[in-house]
Amino acid sequence: MPPPRSRIRIRIVPLGDSALFAELTTRLDTALNTRAIALAAALQKRRDVRRATAAHGTVTVRFDPDQVTHEALAAAVRRLAGKRPPVEEPGRLHRIPVVYDGPDLEEVASRLGISTRELIELHARPIYRVFLVGFVPGWAYLGPLPDQLVLPRRPTPRTQVPAGSVAIAGRETGIYPFPTPGGWHLIGRASVRLFLPDSDPPSLFRTGDRVKFFEGEA
Amino acid sequence: MTAALRVANPGLLTTVQDLGRPHAVASGVSPGGAMDRFAHAAANLLVGNDRGAPTLECTVRGPRLLAEGPCMVAVTGADLGLRVNGAEAPTWTAIALDEGAELSFAGRRSGTRAYVAVGGGIVADRWLGSASTDLLVGRGGLRGRALMEGDVLEAAAQADPPPVGRSLPEDLRPRYSDHALHAIPGPHPVPDIFGPTFQVSAASNRMGYRLDGPAVHAGGDELLSFVVVAGAVQVPSGGRPILLMADHQTAGGYPVVAVVAGAWLPVAAQLAPGDELRFVEASLDDALAMRASQREALDSLTSWSL
Repeated sequence: MPPPRSRIRIRIVPLGDSALFAELTTRLDTALNTRAIALAAALQKRRDVRRATAAHGTVTVRFDPDQVTHEALAAAVRRLAGKRPPVEEPGRLHRIPVVYDGPDLEEVASRLGISTRELIELHARPIYRVFLVGFVPGWAYLGPLPDQLVLPRRPTPRTQVPAGSVAIAGRETGIYPFPTPGGWHLIGRASVRLFLPDSDPPSLFRTGDRVKFFEGEA
Repeated sequence: MTAALRVANPGLLTTVQDLGRPHAVASGVSPGGAMDRFAHAAANLLVGNDRGAPTLECTVRGPRLLAEGPCMVAVTGADLGLRVNGAEAPTWTAIALDEGAELSFAGRRSGTRAYVAVGGGIVADRWLGSASTDLLVGRGGLRGRALMEGDVLEAAAQADPPPVGRSLPEDLRPRYSDHALHAIPGPHPVPDIFGPTFQVSAASNRMGYRLDGPAVHAGGDELLSFVVVAGAVQVPSGGRPILLMADHQTAGGYPVVAVVAGAWLPVAAQLAPGDELRFVEASLDDALAMRASQREALDSLTSWSL
């Protein structure tokens, strides 16, 4: 009997002549992020694949067009995506102390119609998942946020956000590893080092890891 | 390993670059590497190096370099007015420098980035598997920074150098003056991107080029971020496209309306603020045919007979 296949709709399009983009979902979905990570890992084993990287519900695959065509690789992606996903091993768990004194804390609480205490407790309650490490070195998109904390990003980004700022936007949260411009709401700060230039990989978090915040001293 | 070149003047922005560190994208580290991979590879092959060996990427205003000992060099890419001991010297050609010789650039004539390869290959700091300079995090290349006056660049010893004077014929070089960048529709295609003329804005660097011109309507909804590639044309909600280049941020949440074909990235790499460009819709077959002809041109440099 063939192994059971879980049906999955997948959109595959070229990303130039040496990469393709495979989209399992456009939504924030933990199960499909797991599938994307497994798909990227399976693709990375192929000789014609230079780098397969999962992000949220998508995989970007850089390949060698001298070894495989877009069509052949797309067919392989479909085949691999249709396979039953491996039993997920829980990602590494990081416990991160946060001082909840961000410049947007009170404004965010008032816009959400909750107290700052409720905001802090809601933010520190879940075990978040790392949906993607990227954008700048060491930055990780963590989620999903509790529904009560969902807010669009600030209309005008700040020109400089201090390193270590703990921020929320949409259904995600994250920690700024560097001083950069940023449009997320700053609710606290952490002193954890996210970018580790002398390690390989140079990021504390990896896609699929889990992160638990707790109120403490940064 | 021998001291090869002393930096008498660093030029505007001269960095060590190779083929970058694509695997580091999983940690949010830009892939980096030479902006014009064709010129980078040709310079290396002309002096007998592996095509991925580190070279110097010289931007707009080239450096002044003094040979610490006899060495072979080749300068490719932009025409920044190459001089050897003050006299005009050919680009895309293997040149022998005697001890004390001066390699300099008189001024930009066309293009933006020239590549200097040294026989044996420039020896530089490697970070995450690459000697490319990452200016954002300050790693790789020459202590993670651009060249400075007084720096000394070392090269690996070279056993069997190729002949001096060998060059890449002009008809095999990229046509840098043709600013019609062939691009393949991206994951979030909009026809508006193809056709109009855009101008590279002042807010452009190795990370990417912001393009001025007609607004492009790409929906505007912010997507969940995904991993992007060099050549991707992102359109933020304001409708002003960004062409991602070698030091691009690894992920983005803006629609990617098109992706410049790999064989046209060298042309893109030679654009400077103020230059005009347009995107021409291309098929995968077009893109791969151009890629194959560029590879053939480079392969013609891999063997030589005396």
